[in-house]
Amino acid sequence: MDERRSPSPCSSRPSSPMTPPCEMLGSVGIEAVLDQLRIKAMKTGFEFNIMVVGQSGLGKSTMVNTLFKSKVWQSSLPNLEVPMPQTLELHSMTHVIEEKGLKLKLTVTDTPGFGDQINNDKCWDPILSYINKQYEQYLQEELLITRQRHIPDTRVHCCVYFVPPTGHCLRPLDIEFLRRLCRTVNVVPVIARADSLTIEERDAFRSRIQQNLKTHCIDVYPQKCFDEDINDRLLNSKIREQIPFAVVGADREHLVNGRCVLGRKTKWGIIEVENMAHCEFLLLRDLLIRSHLQDLKDITHNVHYENYRVLRLNESHQLPRGPGWVNLAPASPGQLMSPGPVKARKRANKDSREDEC
Amino acid sequence: MVVGESGLGKSTLINSLFLTDLYPERIIPGAAEKIERTVQIEASTVEIEERGVKLRLTVVDTPGYGDAINCRDCFKTIISYIDEQFERYLHDESGLNRRHIIDNRVHCCFYFISPFGHGLKPLDVAFMKAIHNKVNIVPVIAKADTLTLKERERLKKRILDEIEEHNIKIYHLPDAESDEDEDFKEQTRLLKASIPFSVVGSNQLIEAKGKKVRGRLYPWGVVEVENPEHNDFLKLRTMLITHMQDLQEVTQDLHYENFRSERLKRGGRKVENEDMNKDQILLEKEAELRRMQEMIARMQAQMQMQMQGGDSDSGTLGHHKMLLDKKKSIPDKCCSIKFLNTLGSVTVGIEVPVSEDFSFVLFFFL
Repeated sequence: MDERRSPSPCSSRPSSPMTPPCEMLGSVGIEAVLDQLRIKAMKTGFEFNIMVVGQSGLGKSTMVNTLFKSKVWQSSLPNLEVPMPQTLELHSMTHVIEEKGLKLKLTVTDTPGFGDQINNDKCWDPILSYINKQYEQYLQEELLITRQRHIPDTRVHCCVYFVPPTGHCLRPLDIEFLRRLCRTVNVVPVIARADSLTIEERDAFRSRIQQNLKTHCIDVYPQKCFDEDINDRLLNSKIREQIPFAVVGADREHLVNGRCVLGRKTKWGIIEVENMAHCEFLLLRDLLIRSHLQDLKDITHNVHYENYRVLRLNESHQLPRGPGWVNLAPASPGQLMSPGPVKARKRANKDSREDEC
Repeated sequence: MVVGESGLGKSTLINSLFLTDLYPERIIPGAAEKIERTVQIEASTVEIEERGVKLRLTVVDTPGYGDAINCRDCFKTIISYIDEQFERYLHDESGLNRRHIIDNRVHCCFYFISPFGHGLKPLDVAFMKAIHNKVNIVPVIAKADTLTLKERERLKKRILDEIEEHNIKIYHLPDAESDEDEDFKEQTRLLKASIPFSVVGSNQLIEAKGKKVRGRLYPWGVVEVENPEHNDFLKLRTMLITHMQDLQEVTQDLHYENFRSERLKRGGRKVENEDMNKDQILLEKEAELRRMQEMIARMQAQMQMQMQGGDSDSGTLGHHKMLLDKKKSIPDKCCSIKFLNTLGSVTVGIEVPVSEDFSFVLFFFL
């Protein structure tokens, strides 16, 4: 199993387990490091790239707006004159969100036209090539002789996949997509528009989806193999039990019991987005932003990006893989789509790629 | 006929409409099976009786529609089913016994539109264009409880605009006659204004405001199926019941006649085809007869050879031969051989041909 190297600025290699702890005679003030980190982080800010995938009308744009409580994405209905996109197009929009002095550069990539055609064969190819292109850009920057101090990170940290609330089970399109993408990027599946399911239907649907995921060996985030210690494992197993979250998005506010809440108003009641009894939006928000944001970035950098890097370096294997810079041949798209035999040691947990991506 | 993607609540709606349970032992296939499946046609027939009026209702379900990754072929099965029913009716109509024709033609097709999209999907448009000349299409917006009122209005308008844009002919309610009373005219007007109907189906009884209603229980409220403010279920049911006769008439006068004229123009003359079939069957029967006769002739030849070999049995065998000659004319699959055995009683044997050279003979001693 691959050891996760934390990209913290202080240590570039994992702390050896052999280093004996030293006894301290008094307090030295090491905790000040945390403050230094904070100040540095405030100055540089954070980046987070999220991609939303799903059929049109499942509330992706509304969900993004609700997550970040701002009109990050103007949800617009396509006009009649503008035809439905025939091929999948990817739109990226970047916003800087500021909270308490901390800046977050958020990039949202939308995928309109996914799964809307009559023939949806290979509709995941444009998405895969986009993700790989971001990895490639980062790799090229990293390999330069004079690198920038802070490489702009456009890699997709998290892909939120919207499953339509049929109530039955995953569709063949969902399975194909998830299977391919969970090897390249962190995928978080959610049940979209969950206000069409009653609680029992929701639970039954969720357990069926979990079964489907297990049967097809789809490893969604948080992946079991990356749990470092017992605390992580406990926390993550609780999350894993509830994946996929049933979410409802809303960007309008209504008055309920004197409070102003985000929700959807219907004739038979108001669906409150932030009410745990109504939907699981809070769980999704906590996962993505409050508890696992850094983890998502770490896994993207340490696992997915490293896998990509190894693959690319192996492809241009004229030079020995040693320290120093390598002159990479520019990647041809064909190579990336169907990787050849790959070294298995770093991929013990990822399933083999004998079927084509 | 109900057509729509899986999980849109088609079966629930049919059960709610007719207050029955058409699928008591339903197993929803898992994801792995769905990958393999193609579109299937499942027709279930029930007889509903209400106040002495019997209704023979056939619901044709189309599981697997829209499931596959490539849905290009998913409506071929459905179209061929519709055509098959028309074909059968045409055949029966041109036959001799016309009093008991069972009408299995599809009178009405509920097309379920997903409420999650922004209107019609390319698959919806393609499918409706393929069948709008064959069957009455009634578009229905499924799972309407996910939409707020404004969203519902917007979606209905979108769908109507798109239907007009693509020149899809859906079923239009006939205008009320001028001699009908005002209530009926008003009702018809309301119905026409609500197409496509946005419905919610359920057969569960929920307690709401002190009375038991059919509905869906959510943490934030109860959606009542029969509440006109919540959805258009009642309107759909009214339309179906008051216009059942009209649906059948339009199917007969418009779609069936279209099909019939196409068919007769295309396939030569249908009556000749039938005769040819009958001739074919006759020819086949004659060929079989000839085969039987050849077999008997061969057996005769064998017996003759044996006779020449051994004369002691000539008497019986000769008798045998005579009878065989007589029985040659029976055009049955088995020949019966009757001969007098040595004891003087009559024995009947039935010759069952097993293969070309070999026959199995059953003897009955009378």
